[in-house]
Amino acid sequence: MNIIEQLNAEQVEKRLAAGEAIPEFSPGDTVRVRVKVVEGTRERIQAFEGVCIGRKNAGVNSNFTVRKISYGEGVERVFPLYSPRIEGIDVVRRGKVRRAKLYYLRGRAGKSARIVERTTGRGMVNGRYVGDKTDA
Amino acid sequence: MRTGVIAKKLGMTRVWTDDGVHVPVTVLQMDGLQVTAVRTDETDGYTAVQLGLGKRKVKHTSKAMRGHFAKASVEPKRKLAEFRVSADGLLNPGDELQADHFVAGQYVDATGISIGKGFAGAMKRHNFGGLRASHGVSISHRAHGSTGQCQDPGKVFKGKKMAGHMGASQVTKQNLEVVLTDVDRGLVLVKGAIPGAKNGWVLLKDAVKKVAPEGLPFPGSIKAAVADAPAEIPAETPAEAAPEAVTDGE
Repeated sequence: MNIIEQLNAEQVEKRLAAGEAIPEFSPGDTVRVRVKVVEGTRERIQAFEGVCIGRKNAGVNSNFTVRKISYGEGVERVFPLYSPRIEGIDVVRRGKVRRAKLYYLRGRAGKSARIVERTTGRGMVNGRYVGDKTDA
Repeated sequence: MRTGVIAKKLGMTRVWTDDGVHVPVTVLQMDGLQVTAVRTDETDGYTAVQLGLGKRKVKHTSKAMRGHFAKASVEPKRKLAEFRVSADGLLNPGDELQADHFVAGQYVDATGISIGKGFAGAMKRHNFGGLRASHGVSISHRAHGSTGQCQDPGKVFKGKKMAGHMGASQVTKQNLEVVLTDVDRGLVLVKGAIPGAKNGWVLLKDAVKKVAPEGLPFPGSIKAAVADAPAEIPAETPAEAAPEAVTDGE
């Protein structure tokens, strides 16, 4: 492992040790991202809830995109996965999708932009998510 | 004035600060950076230190250079560079400089050899606009266009920006912030990009245009031989003890 990779791994470790655990989630899932926002001198938590339409897995450079419709306007935010600005991520709903990147949602709105809830498959037992480890 | 350092550019990455800001950094390594020679007023008419970084095999080192390194009793180095210092900033030959020579938050100037671009056109080399994509322009969309006036000067002025060799030249980037130093691995993390390719040599100096912060190690952060010795002994003893324990068991 070269020095740069070591530094990256340390950054990830530091975040994992300091913050709360990052849940398993994948594109199609509805997530609520709690972001720390600084207003003047005060810091508060702001939630951004929407559908995760893509993830990039690249060590410290990992990020994920969340899309939501805000006042009729589509809004997308890209969050660095290991950012200390992210207080935590909650998975609200797991979605059944057949793509890794759900960019097709950008051209859609309303009924056609729906994602069916996932009740089977990876990590699901009796319609409840229990994680990948207990799956086997 | 204290000495600068030679470092090897390892590449770039990002670092999160404690308040959640991400900083793009260039990672520089100075492992085994030693003073190989000293220039003094008496012998040379000016004061400077010559530093050496990297390892070179003895068989690949010329006899003359072997003698030069032997004089300072250091291993043959791959890269040598001289840094002008004031008379009180001189170091002793053989001194090893450490990464905490720089302090996080201070500013440095970084000199490197930029990546060579070969023979580059005027658009790439001087940010010319090129010619139009349509409206009758024929097979010269990236040309530089006119190079001068008419019969009156009757020549192209010297220094006219034209296509030519680009890159592979010495570039200094000033006022870069030091984000982090790591003595154990000999790393200096500097905010932003630094000229040169990965594994290239970079010269780091205290920023000329910024006031140096208080508490910079002067004349430099030298690896102490005394502090080094006890650190090595405990590291060696468990290694020695372990094989003995195994043989005892057998």
